[in-house]
Amino acid sequence: MIKMKNVRILFRNIRDGLKNVIRNFSLSMASISCITVTLILVAVSIIGSLNVENFTKIIRDDFTIVTYINVDADENKINEIKKSIEKLNNIESVSFDSKKDIADRMKKESEVFNNIMSSWSDSENPLYDTYLVKVENSEKISKTANQIEKIDGVQMVRYGEGMIDSLISIFKIIEKILLIIVISLIVVTAFLIINTIKITIFSRQEEIEIKRLVGASNTSIKQPFVIEGLFIGLIGSIIPILITIYGYNFLYEKTGGKIFSEFIKLIEPFPFVFIASLILAIIGVIVGMIGSSSAVRKYLKI
Amino acid sequence: MEFIKITDVEKTYPSGVTALYGLNLNIKKGDFAFIIGASGSGKSTLIKMLYREERPTKGEIIIGGVNVGKLKNRKTYKLRRKIGVVFQDFKLLPRLTVYENVAFVLEMFGYDKTEIRAKTLKALDLVGLKEKVKSYPDQLSGGEQQRVAIARAIVNAPKLLICDEPTGNLDPDTSLEIMKVLEVINNLGTTVIVVTHDRDIVNKMKKRVILLDKGKLKKDFEKGTYDKNEKC
Repeated sequence: MIKMKNVRILFRNIRDGLKNVIRNFSLSMASISCITVTLILVAVSIIGSLNVENFTKIIRDDFTIVTYINVDADENKINEIKKSIEKLNNIESVSFDSKKDIADRMKKESEVFNNIMSSWSDSENPLYDTYLVKVENSEKISKTANQIEKIDGVQMVRYGEGMIDSLISIFKIIEKILLIIVISLIVVTAFLIINTIKITIFSRQEEIEIKRLVGASNTSIKQPFVIEGLFIGLIGSIIPILITIYGYNFLYEKTGGKIFSEFIKLIEPFPFVFIASLILAIIGVIVGMIGSSSAVRKYLKI
Repeated sequence: MEFIKITDVEKTYPSGVTALYGLNLNIKKGDFAFIIGASGSGKSTLIKMLYREERPTKGEIIIGGVNVGKLKNRKTYKLRRKIGVVFQDFKLLPRLTVYENVAFVLEMFGYDKTEIRAKTLKALDLVGLKEKVKSYPDQLSGGEQQRVAIARAIVNAPKLLICDEPTGNLDPDTSLEIMKVLEVINNLGTTVIVVTHDRDIVNKMKKRVILLDKGKLKKDFEKGTYDKNEKC
C-alpha cells in the first residue's frame, strides 16, 4: 500500500517536472542553453582526447625492436634466437625478416640500390638477417631491447632509442593535459549550471514556501525539481549530440580518416559517436540533476 | 485533555528582541479562539510557533500530544499535515486552477485520483466554490481566493485550523462571510484559531478571545468582545 503511494507520488513528480520545464520555458531555456554550450565544449574535448589517445596507441603499437643476427649464425642458431626472444617478458610478436627480403625491398625502393645490389649473389649480400620484435608494453621497450641484445648470436638491436623514449613521455604528458581539460570543463559546466538553475529557482521561492507550509516533506519538494533538472540536462544535450554525430562523420569523410599525415588516423565513426553521445547525455543529466538538487537545497529548511 | 497546551513559553529572536514572556495557555479540542493584540504584541510569533515556523526559546508547546518545539526541521511536515494554515495574503499558486490549488496537497501525500477528487470537491463545496473549480486565482475576488486557501487548509481534514489575519485584505461583508465559513468548519469538529485585528468580527462572533499585550497574556475570556478601552 505504501509502495503504491510512493509510485503514484513519483509519477506525479515526473509529470510535474516535465510540466515545469514547459511552464517556465523561458527560464528553462537559460539552463538548457547553458548546458548546450558547455556540452559542446566537452564534446569537442572528449572527441579530441579519445582521438589523441587512439593515435598514440597506434604509434606505440608500431614500435619495433629490430634484432640483427650475427652473419655466421646458421639456421639452427637463428631458430634458437627466436625461442630465446619469445621466452622473455613483454614480447607480443616476433617475425623474421631475411636479408634477401630486405635487399628485394631496397631494390624496389630505389634505382641506385637496384643497380648496385643486382650484382650481389646471396652469399655476397652484406645485410643482416633480422627479427622484428613487437612489445606488449612500449614503456618498457628499452629494458626488453637490452635483454635481447644479451642473447647469444644477436649482433645488435635498434629501436630508435632516444626518440621513442621521448615520444613516450610526450604522449604521457599530452594524455594528462587532455584529461585535466575534460575534467575541468565538466566541473566548470557543473558550476555554471548550478548557478543558472539557482537563479531560475529563485523565482519559484514562493512555490517552495507554500509547499513547505502545507506539509510537503523536503523530499517531495525536491523531487520534481531534480526530475526537472534531468529533463533540462537531457534537452540540453540534444544539440551537442547532433553535432557530435554529424560533425564527426563529416570530419571523418572529408579527411578520409586521416589528418596531417598517414600516421594520424581518426577513430572510425561507428560506434564511436554513439559512445561519445551517450557520455554527453549522461553528463548532461547528472549535472542537471545535481544542479537542481543543490539549487533547491538553499530554500529548504534542513 | 487539552488539545493545545502552552507552558511557560518565551521566545527571544536572535536579534535580541523578546516577543513573548512566560505564556501559559490551554485550548480545548473543538474550540474557536481569537487571538488579538496590537502590532508587536507577539500574536504572530505565537501562531508561528504553533505551526513550527519558529521554536520557543523556553517552555513547551504540546499539540495533540506532540512536543512541537522539539520537532526537527526535517520532520516538520508531519505536524503540518495535521494542521491547516490560512494566511492574510492567501498564498495560492497563480498558475494552478482553483481545483489544482487544493488538490496538489493531496497529490503530494500520495492519495489516488478518485480520493483526491472526492476530498477536493468536498472541501470546495464546504467553502462554496464548487462552481469555480476551473478558474485561476487572478480571476477570483479576494474573498473567493481566501476561501480557496481555506479549502486547501482543510482538505486533508486537519484537527487544527490556524488563520493568520484571514480577513486583513478583505472588506467587512466579505470578512464576515469568511468567518461564517470558519464557524461551519469549527462546527464539524476542527479546532480553529484566528489571529485578527478586526474589532467588528470579534464582537459579532462572540467566541473565546485571547488578548496579548507586549508579549504577555493580558486577558482570556469565553464569549468575549473586543473591549473598546483596550488599546489594540
